[in-house]
Parts: sequence; structure tokens; C-alpha cells
Amino acid sequence: MYERTEFWTEGASLWLPPQGSTTAHEIDALFNFILWTSTVLTIGVAVGIVYLAWRYRRRSPADRPVPVKESKALELSWSIIPTLLVLVVFFWGFRAYVGTSIPPVDAYVVNVKGQKWFWTFEYPTGLNTDELVVPEGQPVKLVMTSQDVLHSFYVPEFRIKMDVLPNRYTYVWFNAPARGVYQIVCTEYCGTGHSNMGGHIRVVGRDEFYEFLRTGGGDAGADLPPAEYGEQLYTSKRCNTCHTVDGTSATGPSWLGIWGQPRPGSTSGVVDDNYIRESVLDPAAFIAPGFQPQMPSYEGQLDDRAIGAIAAYIRQINGAATPADLAPPGGAAPADTLGTADAPEGGAGDPSEPVGLDEAQQNE
Amino acid sequence: MATTSQAATAVATAAYPPGHEPVHNYLKEPKGIKSWLLTVDHKRIGIMYLISVAVAFAIGGILALLVRAELFTLGPTLMEADTYNRVFTMHGIVMVFAFIIPSIMATLGNFLLPIMIGAKDVAFPRLNLASLYIYWLGMLFALSSVVTGGVDTGWTFYTPYSKETGTFVLMMGLGVFIAGFSSILTGLNFIVTIHKMRAPGMTWNRLPLFLWSVYATSIVQILATPVIGITMVLLALERALSIGIFDPALGGDPVLFQHFFWFYSHPAVYIMILPAFGIISELMGTFSRQKVYGYRAVALSSLAIALLGFLVWGHHMFTSGQSPLSSVVFSMISFLIGVPSGIKVFNWLATMFRGSVWLQTPMLYALSFLFQFTIGGVTGIMVGALAADIHLHDTYFVVSHFHYVMMGGTVVSLLGGLHYWWPKMTGRLYNERLGKLSALLVFLGFNMTFFVQFIMGSQGMPRRYYDYPDMPWMQPLHQLSTVGSWILGLGLLVVLVNGLWSLRRGKLAPGNPWGAVTLEWSYCTSPPDPHNFHRTPLVTHGPYDFHAVLGGDGAGDGHDPAPIPDVAVGAPQESVSVEDGTTQPTQPK
Amino acid sequence: MASHSTASLAVAHPQVQGVYGHDEHGHEDLMLIGHDGEPHPAHLQHHFVSAEQQFSASKLGMWLFLVTEILLFGGLFVAYTIFRAWYPELYAEASTQLDTVMGAINTLVLLTSSLTVAWAIRGAQTDNQKVLFWNLVITVALAGTFMVVKYFEYTHKFDLGIYPGEHFVLEPGTTTVTGEVVEPLVPAAEGGAGAEAGHAEAGAGDHGAHAREGAIFSDPRAGIFFAIYYVMTGIHGLHVIIGMVAISILAWNARRGRYSSVYYTPVENVGLYWHVVDIIWIFLFPLMYLI
Repeated sequence: MYERTEFWTEGASLWLPPQGSTTAHEIDALFNFILWTSTVLTIGVAVGIVYLAWRYRRRSPADRPVPVKESKALELSWSIIPTLLVLVVFFWGFRAYVGTSIPPVDAYVVNVKGQKWFWTFEYPTGLNTDELVVPEGQPVKLVMTSQDVLHSFYVPEFRIKMDVLPNRYTYVWFNAPARGVYQIVCTEYCGTGHSNMGGHIRVVGRDEFYEFLRTGGGDAGADLPPAEYGEQLYTSKRCNTCHTVDGTSATGPSWLGIWGQPRPGSTSGVVDDNYIRESVLDPAAFIAPGFQPQMPSYEGQLDDRAIGAIAAYIRQINGAATPADLAPPGGAAPADTLGTADAPEGGAGDPSEPVGLDEAQQNE
Repeated sequence: MATTSQAATAVATAAYPPGHEPVHNYLKEPKGIKSWLLTVDHKRIGIMYLISVAVAFAIGGILALLVRAELFTLGPTLMEADTYNRVFTMHGIVMVFAFIIPSIMATLGNFLLPIMIGAKDVAFPRLNLASLYIYWLGMLFALSSVVTGGVDTGWTFYTPYSKETGTFVLMMGLGVFIAGFSSILTGLNFIVTIHKMRAPGMTWNRLPLFLWSVYATSIVQILATPVIGITMVLLALERALSIGIFDPALGGDPVLFQHFFWFYSHPAVYIMILPAFGIISELMGTFSRQKVYGYRAVALSSLAIALLGFLVWGHHMFTSGQSPLSSVVFSMISFLIGVPSGIKVFNWLATMFRGSVWLQTPMLYALSFLFQFTIGGVTGIMVGALAADIHLHDTYFVVSHFHYVMMGGTVVSLLGGLHYWWPKMTGRLYNERLGKLSALLVFLGFNMTFFVQFIMGSQGMPRRYYDYPDMPWMQPLHQLSTVGSWILGLGLLVVLVNGLWSLRRGKLAPGNPWGAVTLEWSYCTSPPDPHNFHRTPLVTHGPYDFHAVLGGDGAGDGHDPAPIPDVAVGAPQESVSVEDGTTQPTQPK
Repeated sequence: MASHSTASLAVAHPQVQGVYGHDEHGHEDLMLIGHDGEPHPAHLQHHFVSAEQQFSASKLGMWLFLVTEILLFGGLFVAYTIFRAWYPELYAEASTQLDTVMGAINTLVLLTSSLTVAWAIRGAQTDNQKVLFWNLVITVALAGTFMVVKYFEYTHKFDLGIYPGEHFVLEPGTTTVTGEVVEPLVPAAEGGAGAEAGHAEAGAGDHGAHAREGAIFSDPRAGIFFAIYYVMTGIHGLHVIIGMVAISILAWNARRGRYSSVYYTPVENVGLYWHVVDIIWIFLFPLMYLI
């Protein structure tokens, strides 16, 4: 997990977070140059204010100051010197901008999708994750687009930031030389969950990275019982920004107390696997009364197994979990038999069935 | 001219030397609510604006305190995320459109402009009243949006969020659009007034620096505001009819909205700060009893800032996806605009040199402005530098930067200006001790609230965050900032108490308590006559020619009113001779 | 205002003699005594020193106002230009749906009205009340003609389903303004789905990729052109209506002999405004209809 827990942490200064990318030092050098020049200037002005106000303080109401003759040289000098100074800063900023914003040609490309309120990363292999895993010392170029409103992809430790727009691609790149976990935050206001639209970049060794690509990457749910995997997805896919599991309403309806109940936003049927599946893939299909149609579609981001796991988790919090929901998957069992909509007739999770009686669906 | 001894004794009892008592008071003649609501007197319109923007400032300030309080602890503290988003949005909208844009221009500008140039009123008095009503109408629209649930887009209304959100953006957009008209009409009125209504002898070189600032600001208001107008109309149509110009789903362009928005809103920053520059020039001159150093440079730098201000809007968009080339050009011009601002600061500092610096409340505000504006300026250099801005954009660093300019700059200078002109506007002196206390509290509270935000920002704290679950180590800094906001709030409360107290209990103000030499002090009673002057003044000296006007006779030292030629109606003055030997012709009786 | 200043001045300036007031029953011959004791023309407002000052102030004010008008439309012209650069084919095709003949008639109508309004000012300057009044009336009539033509243009488009933005629908089989019949879309599904796909997939480089040759109406972005068309001509039309009201008031006052060679500031200012409204149309017509 992300390591920084205190303000004073290794590699951080009073002003800047630790440097996590190869380009961070260029930006920091510029920052520090302006910082120190500014500090000198500000202290100069402050001392000037105090000194002049004291030295020429009014001694008597009858003070009659003699007009000061204006000095052309003085006026020119405080026009020209700042001009030169800002030009230096401009060229420095320009050079550092060019140096840090053009990605190397050999950069590894990852597609980034921003949506309310999480990030998804798509690798050239077709792998979809919610955590960005990259090899150390490798330039990585992110090609970013948004599903809904504007977002902005910001990694303080890498000193990179770029807005993410719908209908358009924007780019950033970085090269992280050291292993570790870094934080992504969204810096373009995007609504309710704006401040929760974080994410992590995990910089790993090459071997670990290839392993990650091969295994479908941190496919953390692979060896977990479906309900537990669903609970993980609940956080990692940011369902939790809109749906609570304690019965209170947030942006969306709570997941507690819905299983087996009449379908919200529909006149027939109860909440079952099919309802959940449809609500995840096509959220506009059912709009629970009293809520806005805000949810994006998760089509292509959650496979059948993941949707099944979410249904299992919902069953679990509603006290309707089947044994299959709680058992770890067997190695050979096809993923989509686990409590998904395609499950065999009378299968696990059918709300009409008494809970826990259908032993046949267990994998053992 | 009154002599020292006479006047000094007079002050102790009656505040006015014999023959200089205000005969007619614009506040009292004519009487009645109707006479106020239908007035065309620029002074009354200024006062009504002052009350309106003070209410707006109080609302915006309370919202700001709520925002800070919410961030005091991790997780929900006072409100839900959706409420918080509405609160910070309303804080921004109220402070920008309802308070700070009309703040100095429509209050002190309206009150002082005609008097300072020796005119009876602005060029179009009825238009002036209309602009007040238009402002109120705009506020009414905004209010209707608030009572129906508020807006959660941020004050920038970025599309496509502002198109999708379920809040009442339409009414708010129309409110901003309408308020924009008020701003345009004020600017138009002021430009014509300065061009056409100056009294004889009031040459451009004798124009008080406050008016140079007002003039420059008016240009910006006229040229920039129509663009926000059309932007808001398009946004309203986007919401009402889905016309698609800003909607990427229909082939429109959200970045175009940002260009339109900042084409207005960056110059609008100069609408906010330029009049503040003007106030500071007046304060530095009067309270140093010195000619403002480099009058010409200070005056022309205002114009330079106003014009360059139109060419830098893209520096708000370095990370927006605009072309890198335009980012470079915008960055370059943005730096150039720093130069005239720097020139001003140095000139103000130099004004104190060999002066007689009188540390009354307005001067304390002016000096804290100098300090805070310097910090606001240098951090502007920081966020204007392309590479550094990539890191700092949309973080607390930017939040702090613009609060240092807007709050530490504009608001502090407005407070200084209000204290300075309070005797003129109300005819009463505020309590000097309370005044100094407020200046101190505002200075401490402000810097405590916002300096720490620079550090938070450069450490990576994004703005508009309801919570900081990923950065719990930010909490002590947030808490410091929040406590600072309480001190700041207390300081502002002291200002309010002082003002209200003075209206009832304050000492009667002399015509010229500060010994200033601009026309509102030297030709006008406190409070002024409904028609400002009985006779059109003849201006024979510059706005800061203390030596020329005061000579060596001890007049105008702050206790004893400076010479007030011809203020009392019907005063038996055949002619007024002034220092340079010219004589004001006797008016026909 | 008059009542206020009369009342307060009477108090403030006891030396003022005679009747005090400067409007309503005003006439060029009527001279009133100001509080400086000098006679002033009736139309001179109290805060001005002279009629010349008042006239030049009003005129400067009007010019500044017109600058704001130019900037208001300036924003729209920028939007027009940007989308034209993005979707050139779309613009080329969509603009064929505008009726050039009607546009040309309207151009002629507005140009003529500029002439009549200038003539009216000349009438005021030469104290020719008849020329002044009748030219104002003709100007209002021409402006009305312009709006009627616009009305027919708009309603025809609405009938065809040419609405701005999202609501743009042009059913296959409809006969368009140019007499063509809209072809059915091939494949039929692409119109709707294309919009969704374009949302997510279209990159910065391929704007207009969906605008297919000869079938602009399958492009969801056709609505953009018409959004700009309706907004620009709509706001211009609003200005024409405001101008009609202002000129009608002028005509009413002219009938009562309020304007003369001594005082015709309102005629001059409204005339300036009308010319700007005209000039904006001169730009709109070729940009929308011709190119």
C-alpha cells in the first residue's frame, strides 16, 4: 500500500513530496529556484515596509516632508531587472516543460479511462485493472480518455498532471526508477466522489511485471470465495462511493436490504442475479425511485465472474449467501458457474430457493 | 484658509471650523425609502451597492468558514459530500460575481469618481441606478437557484459536468449573465464620466491614481464581460435545449468552454485587483504625506495590466489539453504582466521614503496589502512557469495564490479604503483602536489560513476536495488553516462592529480628517452635499501635491481640516486664491 | 429624476430662480434657469455643464456600448470558426439547407433600413420633421419585414426537423430546402450508435470522421451547425426586435416634435445601434448562407 503516513517522510522537503520519477528533479529545480528568489524578494519587501514605516514615521502633525525627486535610473532598474528575472524563469519553465512532457519513443503504452469516480487501466495485452502496475526504470506513456465528465490525472510524486477529457485523448508519461507504491489523485472537479477518485501506481521489478501481465495481473479474486472477491470489488471498483452496505442512502441506493425484494425502478420481479447483472451493465435500465441516473456502465470492466462475485457479496450482506458464495473456487471449475446469471436452473443465488440447501452446486 | 490654532480648538467641540459645517447632507436629503430607491445620486447608489456587497461578502464568508470547518477532520465533519460541493461552489460564485467584481468599482468607485474629478454626478445617472437594479435582479436569479437546491459545479461551470449535474445551473448561469450587464453599464458609465465630466483644470496628469485604476478596470469590464455573457447564454441553452456546442457527446468542445470562460475570467481578475491598486495608491500618498512615487509609471502600469490581461487567459489551461504551443505563448505573456505589478509595489514602497508615515488603520491595511500582494505576485510567477504549473495546477497552491491576491489584496485594500473614506461617506469617525485591532487580526488570520495552503498545495493536495482519505498526514495543516479562518472571521467581525458602532456613536468627522488633497477631501464636506459641490471646482494642482496645498502653515494635519475652499453653500467667498497664483473666478450669483 | 432634482435643488440653491425642470414638456426654445443662474436648454440634464458635453458623452457611451455588442457576437463568431475548422464538410453540406434567396432578401431589407435611418438623422439635423418621422416609420417596417422573413425560414426548418443540437432530426424521405430528398441511412443503425461510439472513441485527430459524403444527416454533429445558426441569428433577431422598439419610440417622440437640429442625440445613437445590427447581419449572411 501507499507508504506516506506522516508529513515528514523520507525524500520529502517542507515544500515538495518525494521524487518518484526521473523528471521530477527538473521541475523541483525550477520550483526551488523560484521559491528562493521569491523568498528573498518577499523578505526584501517586508524589511522595506518595516524599515521605511519606522524610519520615516510621523513625528508631529506638522511634518512637512520635502518632495522626493524621482530617479529615472531607479525606476528603470526596477522595471528591467524583474523583466530579466521573469524571462529567465520563463525559459527555464519552457525548457523543463519540453524536457518533461515529450514521451520517449520507446515508452510502454497503457490506456487509461477515467470515470466517476475511478480509474481503469488497459494494457496492450487486453488486461484491465484498477491498479496501474508498471516496471521500474521503464518509460510509460498513458493515453487517457474519460467516459463522462472532465477528470485530471495527477501523481504528486511524479510531478505529472493532465486533464482527461471525454471524446478526446490526452497523454502523460513517466519513468519511475524505484519500486514502490505511488498515489494517483483526480484534480479536476467531477462531482460527489471527486475526493475519493484516487488510485495507486505500483512500480515493480521486470519479472514481477511480466508475471502480472501473464496472470491477468493481480487477479486478486482468482482464489477467493466469490463473496469475498465481491467485497474487494466493492472497494476497488469504487462501488462504495455511491452505494453503502449499511442501509443508508448515498448517491445510489444501499445494497443492504434489497436482495429478494421487489425490483426498485421496475413493476415486476425481485432483485436477483439478473437484476444485478443488468444494473451493472446497463444502469439506466432500472432507476431506483428517488435517485438520479448517475451510474456509468461497467460493460467491459467487469467480467461475468466479477459480476457474479458482486451478486454474491450482496447476498452475503443481506444474509442470503449460498455455500458456493463462501467457498473458494476449485481450480477446474469454470468461472461463470459461480452464481452468475448464467447459472443452471435453480442454481445458487436464486432468491426463490431456500438459502444453503442446494448442496449440488458446491464444487467439492 | 483656516489657521491652525482656530481650527484645533474648533475640532475639539464641533469638528468643523466656523463656516465649514456641512449644510446639506446627501444621506438625509431628500428623506424616505423611496427617495433612496429612486435616487440617481451616485453617492447613494454607491452606498446601496456597499450594503449589497457587504451582505454578499457575509454570505460568502460564512460559506468559506463552513468549507474550512468541514476539512478540520478526516471524513465527514459537518456535511455530506454533495452539500460540501454546493457550499464551496456557492462560496466561489457569491464571492466572485456578487461580491468582489462590484466590490470596489461599484461602491467606492461610484461614490468617489464624480467627486474626485469635480463633477456633480456620473455621465448617465439613470443608467447607474439601472445597473444597481440589474445587479439585484441577477442576485435574485442566483438566489432562486440557491433556494431550489444550489449548484455544485464549482464557480467555473466547466462542461460537460455543468450540463449533466442535477442542480440548478440554468438559473445560476442566467444570474451571472444578468449581473454581467450591471458590470458593463458601470464600466461604460465610468469611462464616459472620466472622459467627459472632468472639472476645469483636472487634466489626465492630475487624475488621482484611484481613477486611473478605475479607468483601466472599466476598459476590462467593457471588453471582457460580454464574452462571459454569451458563454452563460450558451451554457443555459446547452442545459435547456442541448444545443451541443460544449457537449462532447454531440460533437461540441468542452475546452472551448474553458477558453470562453477564462477569456472573461482572467481579465475579471484584473477587474478585481486593479481598483485595489488604486486605493493603495491613495493610501500610500496620503498617509506618507508624499507624492506617490512614479505617478506616471503607476498610472500607465494599470493600463498595461488591463490590456495585457486579455492575452493571458490560457495560463489557466496548461493541463487542459490545449496545444503545447499556446501554453508556451500564454506563459510568456503571463510573465510580462508580472512586471507592471512589480513596478507598482516598488513605487509604493518608495513613496514612504522621506515621507511622514502615519500608521492609522487605513495605512496598516495598505502595508499588509503590500506584503500579501507581494506573496500573491511571486507565487503567480511560480504557477505561471510552465513546468512548475504542471505540478501545482488545481492544487491548494493555486487556491492560496489567488486568495493572496483576491483576499489579501483586494479585500484588504477595500477594508483600508473603507476606513479611509468612512468619515467622508458617513460623516462619522470609526474607532481607531478597534480599527487597528481589526487590521492586526485580519493580517494574522489571513496569513495563518492561507500560507499553510501553499505547502499543502505543493505537497499535492488537490482543490475542491471534500475529504483527504489518501492523505491523512495533511490533517494538521488543514487544522492550522481552519483555526486561521476563525481568527480572520473574528477580525472581519470587528470591522463590522466598528462600522455599525461609528454610525451611532462615532465622533462627527471633519471635512478632511487625514489632510488629503484630492477633491473629495479638500472641496467637499463630510458627508458631501447632495450635489457634491456648490460650485464646480477649479483644479490647480496634482492629487498628491501636499507641499503645494498645505504650504508651511500647519494646516491639514489630521486634526485640523485642510483648507476647504468653497464648501459651505453661500459662504461669503469672492474668490479662492491658490498656491500657484491662479485665482478661481467668482461664480455668478 | 426631475422631481428629485427640482426638490433638492430648490433647497440646496436658494438663489435659483424661475421654473425648474428639464424634460417632459421640453422644446428646443424653452430655456430654463439652472442653479448657476444661467439659462439652459430644456433637454440639458443638470449634471452636465453644456449641451455639447451632454451630446458628446452620450455618443461616447453609445460607441462603448456598441463595442460590447461586437464582443458579444465576437464570441459566437469564434465558436463558428472553430467548428468550421473541425467539421468543414459538415458546414459545407449543412449550409446548403439555408435558403439563400430569403437570406439575400433580408440582406437587402436591412441595407435599405440602414439608409432610411441615416436619412432620418439627416432629417433631424435639417429640422425636416417629415423626413425624420417617415424614415423612422419605414425603418420599423423594414425591420418588421426582416423578422417576418426570418419567421418563415425558421418554421420551415422546424417542419423539416432541423432543430439545434441533440434535437436535430431529418427523417429519411423528407424533401429539404434545396429540393433534395433525404436518403435513408446506410446502415440504418449507424446514426444513433455512431453518436455513442463517437462519444467514447473519437480521438482529437479524427473530428469529422463520421461526416460521411452526401449523408450529413446521419452525422449527429449536424446539430452543431444549426445550433450556431440558431443562436447567432436568434440573438441577432433579438437585437432587431429591440431596435424596432427603440425606433418606434423615436418615431413617437418625433411625431411630437421632440427632436430638432439642436437636440437629436437619441436619433443619432439609435441610428448607430441600427447600423451595427445591420453590419452583424452583413457578416452573418455570407458566413452562414454562402460559404
